[in-house]
Amino acid sequence: MSETPLLEARKLAVEIGGHSICRDFDFSLYPGDRLGILGCNGAGKSTLLSVLAGLRLPQAGEVLIDGKRYDTLGPRKSARIRGWLPQIHGDAFTATVLETALIGRHPHLGRWDWESEEDIRIARDALTAVGLAGIEQRDIQSLSGGERQRLAIAAMLAQSPCLFLLDEPIAYLDLKHQIAMLDLFSKAARENGAALVMVLHEPGMAWRYCSRVLMIHGDGTTTQGSAREMLTADRLSSLYSYPLELLENRGRVGFIPK
Amino acid sequence: MNTKSRNSTPSSDHAVRCAEPAIPTRRRAFLIIGALLALSLASLALALSIGSVTIPLADIVSALFGEAGDTSSEVVRSLRLPRALAGFACGGLLAIAGALLQVLLRNPLADPYILGISGGAGIGAMFTILFGLGAASVNAGAFLGAFAAMLLVFGLAHGDGSWTRTRLLLTGVIVAAGCGAGVALMLSIAPDNRLRGMLFWLMGDLSQSGEPHLALGVLVAILLVAFPFARELNLLSRGEDIARTLGVRVAFLRRGVYFTASLATATAVTLAGSIGFIGLIVPHLVRLASGNDQRILLPASALAGGSLLLIADTLARAVIAPRQLPVGVLTALIGVPVFLFLLARDSRPKH
Repeated sequence: MSETPLLEARKLAVEIGGHSICRDFDFSLYPGDRLGILGCNGAGKSTLLSVLAGLRLPQAGEVLIDGKRYDTLGPRKSARIRGWLPQIHGDAFTATVLETALIGRHPHLGRWDWESEEDIRIARDALTAVGLAGIEQRDIQSLSGGERQRLAIAAMLAQSPCLFLLDEPIAYLDLKHQIAMLDLFSKAARENGAALVMVLHEPGMAWRYCSRVLMIHGDGTTTQGSAREMLTADRLSSLYSYPLELLENRGRVGFIPK
Repeated sequence: MNTKSRNSTPSSDHAVRCAEPAIPTRRRAFLIIGALLALSLASLALALSIGSVTIPLADIVSALFGEAGDTSSEVVRSLRLPRALAGFACGGLLAIAGALLQVLLRNPLADPYILGISGGAGIGAMFTILFGLGAASVNAGAFLGAFAAMLLVFGLAHGDGSWTRTRLLLTGVIVAAGCGAGVALMLSIAPDNRLRGMLFWLMGDLSQSGEPHLALGVLVAILLVAFPFARELNLLSRGEDIARTLGVRVAFLRRGVYFTASLATATAVTLAGSIGFIGLIVPHLVRLASGNDQRILLPASALAGGSLLLIADTLARAVIAPRQLPVGVLTALIGVPVFLFLLARDSRPKH
């Protein structure tokens, strides 16, 4: 492929607290790719994702977004390329829902700019897309966990990056919203040429929404491949150290603990 | 509670809030800042007018801008004006330092004294008073103490280079506690004739404040420096990693906030001692009234803090005149009920 990958890792080694997450790790992600990261609790999925987001330095190797390193691009240009959805924590201060969605517009605004009508329209559209229209003036501290998670997704949509790094994007969400949010990201990949990296705990969802899968085994080894090749009962059983079996119904797949 | 909002008139603040949603616009900022500027001027007029002789407003204007050389214009120009400006500058500096540190530490309970700056200033000031080094050296001692405490906390918290919020907060609190012990030690060995001056300094006192121009200059300079970074501060208050992924140079911004807030605190404490409460409560008052957008919060806190301290100081001079109360007592006496009122109003169900 001749085009530049949106995200590329070269010879990456990541450790946290002396525990190795990956070694000599290489991969490239092109527009339209959807990578799912699977692994047990504490295997290092979030740590790897924050290295890919440029928030932590790897022990070795380098991360390139759109062909350039984070320190060459600078924080502002990086922010227009990659978006990062962290696992949600509490908010220290009150703010309205609309103000919170508007933070995504920051990298598109100059130092002296205030949010324009256009920015507010973009933020409102993002809120509509995640099903939060009509509560623009609610205080974020009064939202439920699922609503707060969708608001974080709306802020990311307002940021309009082309590389989405999603740490458990469907945590806290009910089934309907899990499907709606993953449909939303897949659509961005399909129609706008975005690339997705998502940490998931549900192999069935990875089957449905990911084109590729990366498994982090927790001992410094990783395996990656196409979703169909990686998502087998055998591989998943060994990954989670628990026997799983595959159930298939009309092309949909689920993995059931035995 | 419902009965209360049903009975309220259509022009109540509740209705206004619904009609004009809090979208951050320049217009909204100008309205809020304009209203607070008016409040600042009113409190300044009050401070210049009230005292041992009450001077009517017209005479104040002519005293400030006219050629008149009578007693009342002398009182306004050389006694009341410097003290009023010093009070305003102090209040503004403390409120801005509080607002900045609340963002830096992502902690609504942070105040300008939490990182030990006032403790350091206290040690310096107590030392100079204890050894009778004269009024001018008290200010120098306070500023040196504050500066030393700032460097100490920064150096210790920096440690292995991580400079996390928790580490900074803990270091500051410990240094503040150590300074508190030092101050207590000096108070306990001080001779009786020095004790009253030391206590007044510790409670915060504007009567010995001296020249206000430097502090006013620092206040204006800090506002000018901080304002272009206000939107980045909004992101910092949401979390460091979120701010970084949205394009903020977090390490640079945090150092800048730390030094700016320290400079503001050190200047205020040097001018008037540890006046409590303004730095904690004013940012919250402004937040309750106009939201947490730093582009509005920083200038609004400066104006509101200045006004509140000015009003408190005017009362401190007037309540049991000719004796004066320490202004720190008055800031708390005014601030607590206003804060509780706003808090109760804010918890009313909306929509």
